[in-house]
Amino acid sequence: MIALKGAGIRRGERWIFRGLDLSLAPGRCVAVLGPNGRGKTTLIKAVTGLDKLDEGTRTAPPLVAYVPQVIAPLPYRALDVVVMARARSLGLFGTPRRADYDIARAALARIGAEAFTEQRLDRLSGGERQLVLLARALATQSPVLVLDEPASALDLANQSRLVAVLRDLRAAGEHAILFSTHLPTHALEVADEALLLMGPEDQRQGPVDAVMSESNLSALYGTPLRRRQVAIEGHGLVETIIPLH
Amino acid sequence: MTIAAGGSMSHDRGATLVMVALAVGLGLVMVAALCAGRLSLSPGTVLGIVLSRIVPVDPSWSDLQERIVLLVRLPRVLLAAICGAALAAAGAAMQGVLRNPLVSPHILGVSSGASFGGAVAILLGLSGWLLIGSAFLAGSAALLLVGAIARVDGRAGTVTVVLTGVIVAALFSALVSLTQFVAEPDSSLPAIVFWLMGSFATASWRQLAAAAPVLALALMLVLGLRFRINVLSLGEDDARALGLPVERDRWLVFLAVALMEATVVAFAGVIGWVGLVVPHAARMIAGEDHRLLIPASALLGASYLVLVDTIARTAVAAEIPLGVLTAIVGAPVFALLLRQRQRRELTA
Repeated sequence: MIALKGAGIRRGERWIFRGLDLSLAPGRCVAVLGPNGRGKTTLIKAVTGLDKLDEGTRTAPPLVAYVPQVIAPLPYRALDVVVMARARSLGLFGTPRRADYDIARAALARIGAEAFTEQRLDRLSGGERQLVLLARALATQSPVLVLDEPASALDLANQSRLVAVLRDLRAAGEHAILFSTHLPTHALEVADEALLLMGPEDQRQGPVDAVMSESNLSALYGTPLRRRQVAIEGHGLVETIIPLH
Repeated sequence: MTIAAGGSMSHDRGATLVMVALAVGLGLVMVAALCAGRLSLSPGTVLGIVLSRIVPVDPSWSDLQERIVLLVRLPRVLLAAICGAALAAAGAAMQGVLRNPLVSPHILGVSSGASFGGAVAILLGLSGWLLIGSAFLAGSAALLLVGAIARVDGRAGTVTVVLTGVIVAALFSALVSLTQFVAEPDSSLPAIVFWLMGSFATASWRQLAAAAPVLALALMLVLGLRFRINVLSLGEDDARALGLPVERDRWLVFLAVALMEATVVAFAGVIGWVGLVVPHAARMIAGEDHRLLIPASALLGASYLVLVDTIARTAVAAEIPLGVLTAIVGAPVFALLLRQRQRRELTA
């Protein structure tokens, strides 16, 4: 579906990452974890094809659905932003037709963002814009969905909403999902696998339970962390990660 | 053709209403322009004369009146209309693609290039079609120069394009000054100065026949790309992530804009402000979506330039240079629009 083999990107002499293997099938969800400046965004852009690899190969569908961290608060209607996902299939002189709008509306409905349909993007909050971007990504109908720190600008309620949406999408099994995050608990909640960017040439990848061990995470972030299960009434056991300050 | 296909009935109706209103406005302005002049005519006479070319109408007017309308005013009004449409659509497209509401089509340096071409032609004693051709060629050369300088490894960022345009414009402005410096103070110098100030005074059917196809082609290109321009206005990464060949699409828009700029300068001299002010006014009527904004700008730009040209030839005994008038009208209108926009944003 989508794969990087021996992938590397460098800036000048410095390798951001190198020798990275990644493959992703529909219904699978991979979380990319790493501290600031370790190349999460660069990796995301490499997967989408926005950044060219300096080394290695990339196999991908012609279009990868991409949710950037932010979008400029332009004065366009949310529906008109979502329908831009159809631009590629519409051709150079095409403008969206009813069928394209139906796809856009369905994408907004799928993530429960119908309420924003007629709202202008610059009148929405950062979290609401994020959802519009996610809807736009779905409206591309690409089987690969890539999100760059989708939760970074969201408050707790909107984070829960995003986590729920990603879980639904994973359960539906149509998309191969890759997202980067600063919140390891999101990886535990949503992802099947985690990719830890330990260093430019050291990536650890595997099922979240195995690879997100206390020792790996503590080494990754350079700060001691503990993983605990907490019994919460009505929710059963909830996995969490606690930094020890 | 649906204009905006806004995806909802009320949205589509609103878009249609805006376009119909602007088209009716343009029609009224054009009739008024045909009526106005040293020899003023009634709207009925003007409409009768124009219609008599299409369907048989019993003439209730003199030969002189007919000749004034058909040979003098009509080609001039039509040329002004299509030039205004082109300049305003070009401005709206540039502001979208470069994601900057302060740019005008002049930013590519094409009008400066075309000015130089025209000035050199006048200096060499050329006029008519040779002047027009020289201006058009130099304007096209300016775009090629911008492209050659701005593109590195086949790519050029929007900021680089703007800065390169400024550089090329400055270069050609200096060359225009140089031609003025070496021009004959009592023959070619005033000719260059007046030509640069802009005018439709020499408009004829033959000029219209040469200018209209080029302008229409470039207008169609920009109108065809109106949804692409929406996507491009999101920014480079976003548009690329949606699978668009951003670089190619952008240069297609630049090419269309350059064609329009070079043609307008070649036939009518430098007419500033239309490409900057009209899109802003159109935005207040039609909104920000380029699918409606670009056609709305074209219609509004056509009305605006016909109106300004009519004022230029009727206000005082001698013709006021068009470029002077568009600036005198444009600057305060732009200031007003800015304030109104600011106020709306504060209260919104």
